[in-house]
Amino acid sequence: MNVTSNLEILKTKDAIELIFKGSFDVFNISTIEKQLSSLRLTNECNNIIVDLRSVESIDTSFALLLSDCKKRAISSSLKFEILSNDETFKDVVELTYRNSHIKSSFEIEKIPFFENLGRQTIKNISFLREISLFIGTIFVHMFYYLNSYKNLRIKEIFFEINESIFKAIGIIALTSFLIGVVVAYQSAVQLKQYGANIFIVDMLGLSLLRELSPMITAIIVAGRSGSAYAAQIGVMKITQELDAMRTMGFDPYAFLVLPRIITLMIMMTVLIFVSDIMSLLGGMLIAKIELGIEYSLFIDRFREAIDVRHFFVGMLKAPFFGFAIASISLYQGLQVKNDTQSIGINTTRSVVQSIFIVIIIDALFSILFTSLGI
Amino acid sequence: MALIEVKDLITSFDSKVVHNGLNLEINEGEIYGLLGPSGCGKSTLMREMVMLEEYTSGSIKVLGYEINAIRSKEAQKLRKKWGVLFQFGALFTSLSVSENIALPLKEYTDLSSKIIDEIVSFKLSLVGLKQSDAHLYPSQISGGMNKKAALARALALDPKLLFLDEPTSGLDPISAREFDDLILKLKDMFNLTIVMVTHDLTSINNTLDKMAIIDNKKIAVQGDLNSVLNTSSPFIDTFFKALK
Ligand SMILES: Nc1ncnc2c1ncn2[C@@H]1O[C@H](COP(=O)(O)OP(=O)(O)O)[C@@H](O)[C@H]1O
Ligand SMILES: [Mg+2]
Repeated sequence: MNVTSNLEILKTKDAIELIFKGSFDVFNISTIEKQLSSLRLTNECNNIIVDLRSVESIDTSFALLLSDCKKRAISSSLKFEILSNDETFKDVVELTYRNSHIKSSFEIEKIPFFENLGRQTIKNISFLREISLFIGTIFVHMFYYLNSYKNLRIKEIFFEINESIFKAIGIIALTSFLIGVVVAYQSAVQLKQYGANIFIVDMLGLSLLRELSPMITAIIVAGRSGSAYAAQIGVMKITQELDAMRTMGFDPYAFLVLPRIITLMIMMTVLIFVSDIMSLLGGMLIAKIELGIEYSLFIDRFREAIDVRHFFVGMLKAPFFGFAIASISLYQGLQVKNDTQSIGINTTRSVVQSIFIVIIIDALFSILFTSLGI
Repeated sequence: MALIEVKDLITSFDSKVVHNGLNLEINEGEIYGLLGPSGCGKSTLMREMVMLEEYTSGSIKVLGYEINAIRSKEAQKLRKKWGVLFQFGALFTSLSVSENIALPLKEYTDLSSKIIDEIVSFKLSLVGLKQSDAHLYPSQISGGMNKKAALARALALDPKLLFLDEPTSGLDPISAREFDDLILKLKDMFNLTIVMVTHDLTSINNTLDKMAIIDNKKIAVQGDLNSVLNTSSPFIDTFFKALK
């Protein structure tokens, strides 16, 4: 059936007649909406007559247009009348009339720019307060639980060590090796020009042990374990597993937070050690290929030029980096709200903030070590 | 004896007031229902009773402990005396069904793993799960089984007090009626006190000794089914239409 649905508006002496023909539904009423809204209801007439006698079917959105019309009519004190062969049409219009709220707008109110700026600033400042609170809570729990080794959840810690660390050794070894290769290659080109070939050992030893290995390791661990922690805790929060733990008396700090923090503090040390070895191996390889420095010569020079303290400077950073990454990621996981979107947001934040904090800690260490002359 | 006493409770989230001066008492051995329209704060009230949510003012006493001023040792004692069933089960997804049920036993008792296994398999059959379901993980079981397993976990330590949030929602009608029977059986055998949020009329009719209707941020009526039916309010009239 091919009906053209249309509206004809007739103005008679004391009435406006709206004559509808055809079927009306949400897909074809846009022109009608325009026609109706441009219709002026003046006091010249005192009747609105809606003629639905040649209408085959209507839906609620069409009925809403009519009830809008009815409201306007009533507010300018006109009579509103529907002519129809089908009683249900009138019922539908009546239903929509009773349930329509003209003023409702479901758009969330836009916050003015300066108000928004203020809110965001306060939010960011209170983030500092909250993360300090969280770190404080971690320490309280540490002292509370670590007064007896029995409270330490050894099983969880070993599980985490296996899960988040041993599986990371491969990628860390490979990345560190490549970093060693890249740094050595870049410096080799420069050093060759001055014939200072042997100094590549000093250069690699210092930069890799003190800065690059700890940094690369921290970045990979933040991306790998940090995001995993945040997402995992976040999902546990959404599925109410955390609530279930709390009501059963299993403190999430003891079961989830502390084991992960301790794990990362221990294993960051191991991983940085692995990274030191692998990146130096990469450097040695390039030193031989590019500069013709034999392995034995490399090692001799290394013993002479690189003091063991440089190694310890790098290793000392490990527990701090581990603590920072784990606590920020766990904090972000616990901040997840009851929606899936916030898992994504908080996981991203956990990685970005961990890396950021790691760089800040690294900078602080640099200043400290320089002023101490180490 | 009143196991739970709520006095002049006020709860608000930011500017939204959920409870405003709410009072109720739950006695030992009762099956007590919290009823009311959606969003009236039933789950929130229950979360406050189990110390998951903080309230703004007023007082809640559970088993004699004032829970706003409770010390962490006492809170821990309290947590071993109750079982909580969450609306969607909240099983630990990294553990199998049997490990979920065994977890509180392993953590809080020195029982041998043989006895623990026996307790687990008893609890499984008590809630109507098959022994062969025990090794499945929460992701491998249906919603109804998930609820039953969560109930078995809540019952693991034989608590005196049981909190249930919409226990029969999402269950098939047969399981739902079995659930009612189970709750009555538990109450008769162990003198359990049960607090539950429910919308299931049959379940209300079959199991509840007493109920409170929360409406307009307060308790509209508290009492047994008859006294509730004799009160009139828009919510009661519509909700209990079938029973009136
Ligand atoms: N964390 C929260 N933040 C803000 N509002 C909340 C929060 N939790 C619950 N509410 C509000 O409290 C009211 C009661 O919720 P709830 O107790 O879940 O209702 P129900 O009675 O259906 O279980 C709802 O209106 C809800 O919007
Ligand atoms: Mg609820």
